[in-house]
Amino acid sequence: MMSADLTIVLPEILLALYAMLALLGAVYTGKDDTASLLTWLTGGVFVLLAIWIGTTGGDRVTAFDGMFIADGFARFAKVTILLSAAAVLVMSQGYMERRGLLRFEYPILVALAVVGMMVMVSAGDLMALYMGLELQSLALYVVASLRRDSVKSTEAGLKYFILGALSSGLLLYGASLTYGFAGTTLFSGIIAATQGGVSLGLLFGLVFLISGFAFKVSAAPFHMWTPDVYEGSPTPVTAFFATAPKVAAMGLFARVVFDAFGGVVGEWQQIVAFLSVVSMFLGAIAAIGQTNIKRLMAYSSIAHMGFALMGLAAGSAFGVQAMLIYLAIYVTMNIGTFAFIMAMEKDGRPVVEIKALSLYSKREPLRALAMLVLLFSLAGVPPMVGFFGKFYVLRAAYDANLGWLAVAGVIASVIGAFYYLRIVYYMYFGAETEALDGRMSPVLWTALMGSAAIMVFGVVNLFGIEPLAAAAAATLVH
Amino acid sequence: MATIILFAPLIGAIIAGFGWKWIGETAAQWLTTGLLFLSCLLSWVIFLSFDGVTQHIEILRWIQSGSLDTSWAIRLDRLTAIMLIVVTTVSALVHLYSFGYMAHDENFGEQGTYKARFFAYLSLFTFAMLMLVTADNLVQMFFGWEGVGLASYLLIGFYYRKPSASAAAIKAFVVNRVGDFGFALGIFGLFYLTDSIRMDDVFAAAPKLATTDLHFLWTTWNAANLLGVLLFIGAMGKSAQLFLHTWLPDAMEGPTPVSALIHAATMVTAGVFLVCRMSPLMEYAPQAKEMILWIGGATAFFAATIGLVQNDIKRVIAYSTCSQLGYMFVAAGAGVYGAAMFHLLTHAFFKAMLFLGAGSVIHAMHHEQDMRNYGGLRKKIPFTFWAMMIGTLAITGVGIPFSKEIFGLPIGFAGFLSKDAIIESAWASGSGFAFWTLVIAAAFTAFYSWRLMFMTFYGPQKGNAHTHDHAHESPLNMLIPLGVLAIGAAFSGMVWYNSFFGDHAKMTAFFAMPETHEAASAEGGAKAETTAETTAEAPAAALQGAIFMGPDNHVLETAHEAPTWVKISPFIAMLAGFLLAFQMYIRRPDLPAKLAEAQRPLYLFLLNKWYFDEIYDFVFVRPVKALGRFLWKEGDGKIIDGGINGVALGIVPYLTRLAGRAQSGYIFTYAFAMVLGITAILTWISITGVISLGGAQ
Repeated sequence: MMSADLTIVLPEILLALYAMLALLGAVYTGKDDTASLLTWLTGGVFVLLAIWIGTTGGDRVTAFDGMFIADGFARFAKVTILLSAAAVLVMSQGYMERRGLLRFEYPILVALAVVGMMVMVSAGDLMALYMGLELQSLALYVVASLRRDSVKSTEAGLKYFILGALSSGLLLYGASLTYGFAGTTLFSGIIAATQGGVSLGLLFGLVFLISGFAFKVSAAPFHMWTPDVYEGSPTPVTAFFATAPKVAAMGLFARVVFDAFGGVVGEWQQIVAFLSVVSMFLGAIAAIGQTNIKRLMAYSSIAHMGFALMGLAAGSAFGVQAMLIYLAIYVTMNIGTFAFIMAMEKDGRPVVEIKALSLYSKREPLRALAMLVLLFSLAGVPPMVGFFGKFYVLRAAYDANLGWLAVAGVIASVIGAFYYLRIVYYMYFGAETEALDGRMSPVLWTALMGSAAIMVFGVVNLFGIEPLAAAAAATLVH
Repeated sequence: MATIILFAPLIGAIIAGFGWKWIGETAAQWLTTGLLFLSCLLSWVIFLSFDGVTQHIEILRWIQSGSLDTSWAIRLDRLTAIMLIVVTTVSALVHLYSFGYMAHDENFGEQGTYKARFFAYLSLFTFAMLMLVTADNLVQMFFGWEGVGLASYLLIGFYYRKPSASAAAIKAFVVNRVGDFGFALGIFGLFYLTDSIRMDDVFAAAPKLATTDLHFLWTTWNAANLLGVLLFIGAMGKSAQLFLHTWLPDAMEGPTPVSALIHAATMVTAGVFLVCRMSPLMEYAPQAKEMILWIGGATAFFAATIGLVQNDIKRVIAYSTCSQLGYMFVAAGAGVYGAAMFHLLTHAFFKAMLFLGAGSVIHAMHHEQDMRNYGGLRKKIPFTFWAMMIGTLAITGVGIPFSKEIFGLPIGFAGFLSKDAIIESAWASGSGFAFWTLVIAAAFTAFYSWRLMFMTFYGPQKGNAHTHDHAHESPLNMLIPLGVLAIGAAFSGMVWYNSFFGDHAKMTAFFAMPETHEAASAEGGAKAETTAETTAEAPAAALQGAIFMGPDNHVLETAHEAPTWVKISPFIAMLAGFLLAFQMYIRRPDLPAKLAEAQRPLYLFLLNKWYFDEIYDFVFVRPVKALGRFLWKEGDGKIIDGGINGVALGIVPYLTRLAGRAQSGYIFTYAFAMVLGITAILTWISITGVISLGGAQ
């Protein structure tokens, strides 16, 4: 029995073992001299695991008496997490090395965070959930303050930690309430307990749980940490924050509300819709005032999470499918965008001011064009792929009789288009300023161009992601 | 073969239009013209070898949506074959003619490159027109219908730097839109009632439509009549019939070859073609036919009166076209579709030739179009003069009366036979109005045609002497088309008279008309029982032929047996018109001015085209413009723009500042926000949750 359970969690175990072995190996050998190698190696391990998980596995199986669930939904989320983490990791290598930030702990911490994320999306029990969540969060707190000699970076790490602790507290409170009223921490038990209707206590537990998740996905009004942490962290770390953990947190979110509270969709639907609409509008409106592109991307990710939540709020299999498609597209766009941001530098120092991009198209027409495609895609302008992501969630919301939410989403995306287009405006029509001089490493260039190309050519069939997401959603929503 | 005919002009248009920079202007001209002559040759082969049995040549599957299943197919029957030769012949000749006419155009200066564009438009038009006439279903026809509208728009506005040309192009487009709306409604209605837009299905359903009632515009209509009227409204727009005619004279802003091709020979006859094509439906729509008869007669008369006093050579011919189209509609409305098609064919020849001849005159006179500045050109441009003379003889209907009875075959120019056929049909239809308007219009036709001839080619030279000194005969590539068309104008009537109108048996074979008509009409009431039987089978048989004449449609036979005074009346009218013109413009050139002075109100009324433009301007154009301006300034400018700008420049930045202020940087603020958020959600959940829980219990 035990061996069967272990087979199911084998990828997670292997990755954890890899992280520990790498830590030991690096400590006893060249320490930071091995960092570059380790970064690439970790990226490679991620990709291998992604291929393994993506190509194997069939029906839904559970391990440890239902505490760990391996199904199509988890597979989809894990592959997305692993691939995006690998991409961000190899992108960050050159950037961090040049600035002396590339410590050997960095790839290991990322690996541990990814283990946590994989557990999160597979959690079948409140305790497994919390374990995965904390493993991920603790690793992220550390990487946020990776630049120890920078006030901003340490501030970011500290803020993230304190607020994260608060949210963990809320989450745990919710978990204990749920346990108290349902009598079990197993999702399968909770859904059985809500069979004949849900008690107010259980509802309170659900609200606190959702607040915890909302913090992790940086949904308003639990988003306040996001801009500061995004700004303070080193750019590659920011890129990492914006991608894999978001997928993991959304996956967890979906997992809990469907696996544990799938019987009372109507109760949490309104909360999720509320979070969605507030996030979309706040992300769109607050981003307008930003001059720092990293802060801007922070608000952008808040708004995008609002859209992803709209898919979840639909409470249907199609809604989950839309959410998964949206997340995959979002992650792809962000990888390209952050590759661009990482290459923004002058005299070897990173530049994050939006105005510095003035007339960028004159000097780097191809890069500017790729960025334009990505920004249009982020704004959801057809025919870029980003539009289809929005289209799916809007349709899901509409089909679920949440027409008002869809309308609000459209309005928010119109407002949001402003700040994306403003960057385009600076790049193509801005006033002459001191030019950025950064060259672009081949890795970043490939990430930027690849991402932009996907946004253009994906319109054909979204690279076949639609049926995959549908299959994944079908395993979660019965 | 039909496919080649159809697509050769399109290929020419595409290559010439988009590729002339690579292949050069001259090559583009030769290519389009060559392809058109190929189409023309094949069309004649088809026409002459056609056996009358309807063929369907499927090209591609087109629309599949719900119960709508439509293929893109060519419907090849006698009507199509006639239209094929008309369209491709005139078009090929006009292409050739344009080599000379468009060689130097001061509208584009020395460096201007416009020839390839012009030829591409001409070929595009030809393609669209062929699309229209070969259509196997109504949507395909509508495609061609709009395609010719587009090409017409492009060609009328060809001199796009001239404001008047642009205005004329827009006017043509907008006025046509009114008609197209009717046509589209007709198509919708047919689809609604028959669940198909294929011609065969629609024709088969026609008898049923005659007994169906349709609720439309607050009243109940007979379906066949309503649909017939709607389709005819479409035809009115395209064929410039009364009330929707105002665009045609203005369309003369386009280059003259365009006027000849589009606004005389082909596009404007699309309406007549439509009515003839829909003959199986029209036969069951007596009131629609009645309306066609009235509108046609009124147009023939009205346009002819205006033609009497116009001074611009092209406008005279334009009104003449309008008037002749009225003739064709009268024939169609009377139910003698053969006569309508006959006149369409002959008219294409002689009217295209008149236009090309006028173009030749204009070309010779350095783009002077006012006939008052012509005179005495007979000697300067003899070939053009003789061509125009043949055209005038044809349009006025010169021939030998009763030659059929005396010699056994009719002798006369093309117009003599086709026009007389129509006038006899009008008489036979029993509509005195149509008959008399047509006869009077025939007199007017003779008058204005001879007036044109006399003012242009006879009398003393008027206007700029310098221009007259430099008047010269046109180059050969303009004269050849004139010659070819002159042959058509002279002989086409005699050759095909029996097939289209004269001989019942030949006509039946020519159009492959169903035998039921024969059986029912030959012995009249004597075979009452057989009539009843055959009527039921009529629709099925109707599918075979190009046109369909109802079992109780005896207009054709009545027309053949018209009394002598009816048969001679158009000839007398023609003679009267000629003599009057001769008197006024050759013998007493001072008479017209005196007459105009004496009858000044009438003269102005005619000169200003019955004030149609002014009335339309007052009734339609200005109110619509005012409404548009109101919606633009008030609705769009103030409410929509104001609202959006207010939100975008006022509210959103305010909220942005607010959000920026909330982002203080202090952890306690952030934590407070989280607590506020969770409190808000909890409160909400408590209130609604308690209610829903209470409700559940």
